[in-house]
Amino acid sequence: MASTPASGAPAFDQAPPAIAAQVKQEGLTPEDYNEIVRRLGRHPNRAELGMFGVMWSEHCCYRNSRPLLGQFPTEGPRILVGPGENAGVVDLGEGHRLAFKIESHNHPSAVEPFQGAATGVGGILRDIFTMGARPMALLNALRFGPLEESRNAGLMEGVVAGIAHYGNCVGVPTVAGEVAFDPSYSGNPLVNAMALGLMETETIVRSGASGVGNPVVYVGSTTGRDGMGGASFASAELSEDSLDDRPAVQVGDPFLEKGLIEACLEAFQSGDVVAAQDMGAAGLTCSCAEMAAKGDLGIELDLDRVPARETGMTAYEFLLSESQERMLFVVQAGREEPLMQRFRRWGLQAAVVGRVLEEPVVRVLQNGAVAAEVPSRALAEDTPINRRELLSEPPAVVQQHWQWQESSLPALAAEAVEPTLLQLLDDPTIASKRWVWRQYDHQVQANTVVRPGGADAAVLRLRSQQEDDPQSSNQRGVAATVDCPNRWVALDPERGGMAAVAEAARNLSCVGAEPIAVTDNLNFPSPETPTGYWQLAMACRGLSEACRVLQTPVTGGNVSLYNDTRLPDGSIQPIQPTPVVGMVGLVDNINTLVGLAWPQPAPGVAGDYLVLLGLPLDTAQDDERLGLAGSSFLQVCHGLCTGRPPHTDLALEQQVQKAVRSGIRAGQITAAHDVSDGGLLVAVAEMAIAAGCGVQLSVPSAGRLERLLFAEGGARVVVSVPEDSWPALQAALQQAGCPLQALGRVQADPQLQLRVGDRDLLDVAIDALAHAHQQGLPRRLEQPALGHNG
Amino acid sequence: MAWALSGILDLPCRFLWHDTTSLEDIQAVVLPGGFSYGDYLRCGALASLSPLLHAVHAFAADGGPVLGICNGFQVLTEMGLLPGALTRNQNLHFICEPCELVVSPGSCHLLKGYGDQERVQFPIAHGEGRYQCQADTLSELEQHGQLVLRYGHNPNGSILDVAGVCNRRGNVLGLMPHPERATDPLLGGIDGQRLLQSLLG
Repeated sequence: MASTPASGAPAFDQAPPAIAAQVKQEGLTPEDYNEIVRRLGRHPNRAELGMFGVMWSEHCCYRNSRPLLGQFPTEGPRILVGPGENAGVVDLGEGHRLAFKIESHNHPSAVEPFQGAATGVGGILRDIFTMGARPMALLNALRFGPLEESRNAGLMEGVVAGIAHYGNCVGVPTVAGEVAFDPSYSGNPLVNAMALGLMETETIVRSGASGVGNPVVYVGSTTGRDGMGGASFASAELSEDSLDDRPAVQVGDPFLEKGLIEACLEAFQSGDVVAAQDMGAAGLTCSCAEMAAKGDLGIELDLDRVPARETGMTAYEFLLSESQERMLFVVQAGREEPLMQRFRRWGLQAAVVGRVLEEPVVRVLQNGAVAAEVPSRALAEDTPINRRELLSEPPAVVQQHWQWQESSLPALAAEAVEPTLLQLLDDPTIASKRWVWRQYDHQVQANTVVRPGGADAAVLRLRSQQEDDPQSSNQRGVAATVDCPNRWVALDPERGGMAAVAEAARNLSCVGAEPIAVTDNLNFPSPETPTGYWQLAMACRGLSEACRVLQTPVTGGNVSLYNDTRLPDGSIQPIQPTPVVGMVGLVDNINTLVGLAWPQPAPGVAGDYLVLLGLPLDTAQDDERLGLAGSSFLQVCHGLCTGRPPHTDLALEQQVQKAVRSGIRAGQITAAHDVSDGGLLVAVAEMAIAAGCGVQLSVPSAGRLERLLFAEGGARVVVSVPEDSWPALQAALQQAGCPLQALGRVQADPQLQLRVGDRDLLDVAIDALAHAHQQGLPRRLEQPALGHNG
Repeated sequence: MAWALSGILDLPCRFLWHDTTSLEDIQAVVLPGGFSYGDYLRCGALASLSPLLHAVHAFAADGGPVLGICNGFQVLTEMGLLPGALTRNQNLHFICEPCELVVSPGSCHLLKGYGDQERVQFPIAHGEGRYQCQADTLSELEQHGQLVLRYGHNPNGSILDVAGVCNRRGNVLGLMPHPERATDPLLGGIDGQRLLQSLLG
């Protein structure tokens, strides 16, 4: 054990010079060191310092974001488990309980895209099945720099292949996601993975240790030197030198994880497991500390008994290793042998590595001596908080953006409508993501009711794999989506945060699902700059407000800060702040779902009505709820990311979304699509592409043409309505106070035709639109992929 | 697979552990898709060595119906129950999408429910499904009507658009597309039902 500090001067100042370098290496500050010494009553040894380093990183203890996360609404009638456990759990009724969570793997993916993304998938799955749920679906939210730079194209190739490799092999369908591009993500891509699972155990498995003397059992893979210090690495900015951190990236084994899922679910059903914690960031350190602190007990861990894949590992290396596919259990005393037998049958490691102590410490033994001993709460609870001052007004650069006016744009010429539409459909952020999801097995497990790209949200049939009579499977489903309008967040984090929640809820409503709950992934730049902290704080405010009004509590999530790249000239490039909202919803009847495609009418027969819900076309120019500020049109066609993005009217959102859901349930709506990137005309084009047949739009002239066709915001949804349902739906909408406007009618002729006032502005073949939409990604990713297994 | 067989088609089925050696009360064997042993080595290579598959050899030799789907097809080629090999897709990517197939049932027992040149939809989901074999093997297979399933639009670069192959006796069928994913009306398409139903006669 290290020496006791002399009283008087702060411990850090008295420490030998080598300590300063170690403190820095662990990502800690001199103040942290002094606090550690205070808590221990002595100087920490090297292993202990490493344990504090990972546990006090942003990744593990939210030291920057915790004060902000407290404002999220976290309770509701369906919430069974909120923030703080491995994953949130909601009650879907009829005995179905859903565990779900989102997590980032940004920095590992930046330096090793394939394994970085793959292990991100493996990690989020473990969060789900640690609770006793069988993983049923994966989603992902990805951000990259422009594909014109080959490095970004290579990162995207690698990330998508890595997600496919892990998800396909482990046998969990990847059913939906979103991919967007912006120069700020060059070199710092975002890789967020979300998982959903259905609970298979009676009681939800928790992580707090209990039962003094109970054995602590290690299961899964062996421990090696891979992934050393990944949590600290994830909490620092990236630079050219980050490539040297590749040892901090782990290597995944999805086949082993498949066995681990089966063995864990068997073990949980046996009732032998008292508590479970997966070993993710900070590995053994984190799992021991969390289990001990949550149970208000201690854990003794004997490193000599930990299954190792290499010899000569130090205590520091054991404690900080992030080797994948490992879990730690507290097991009923006397039941450890049968439990370990289950794991061995699946070809997995299993060993008793310690026991639960009454004394609340994490005590680590190696070679018969104490290698580290830290009070449980010192590591995992009462962790330091970096309190920062919030700017009293928006940063100057943001205020400058808010000065921008739509009137400064040149007027859009009538003949420019078609090329503009094609240009938007070809934009990588808007273009079809088929190139991506074709690589994911989105069908395995046989519950994927809606194919990727077929609707605004994924829908999975709720079917427990344990049901004795498979025919008893019910007609209900779960819908899921991930969303973040990062451009809006960059220009106004509060409005952007609100819009992220509103859009996620709108996407669920567009398939007919009732939004239930949220998991969020806050991807932000460094909070240490006044602007960075302001962005984080304001986005959290917007997210909280929208979650409160839309009654979708937050059940947990992940915070990824320091998403900045140090450029070769020394300057710092922050990402656009990206608070990704993952939302789940309940579908009462999967037979009444709708997607993007409206039904094809017989030739010569007028098809369904096309109707706009939400703010109408003649909305006043000065209405802040709708506009071109921060829009795709502005970015793609004018190269501008500026203006103050639209304000989300949450009351209007509720009215529109409710109307869409009840229209779908009543069978009055045959297709629905929310208006987001690219505005109204892009939304209609996407529906036409999905349907493969055309539409004739005829709308009155109102204001500027570009605003009429490409403005974003306004809680808008486009729906198709059969002629015989139209009167009833119209009456219902009016009664519900949902604004509506007829846009035109579907036609068999595969042309998108647009008449504004008395001018024919557009008559374009759906094939031409589809070509632009479908080739947007492939034509930028022509380079053949590197060979990877799968 | 189990959902398609017992959930949709009401055919009794059960899983067999890899070290089982007896197929005593088994009427038909399905080697389903998946990633046996992670397919970190050549796809299906490790699985083909498991004790259970030794028993499958004997089962097939006795004329028992054996169906290998996707990874199961890869395993059958590794076992030598079917000729040829499945290599990496031409575009090097995993591909998951619906696929049109042309059936030439010939003497394949498991495809007797389909008409000659019938077009059906089964999805594919594989990274290594490009069928390859020696030229003389190919002409032999063709001559004996063993190239029983071909892609309408070749997705992976398979030689002669081959999607599925049977042995000469007609009791062993391997195919890359997934008939079990074309059995549930809710998930789109039921073209695969007839194939699975033929397992039990």
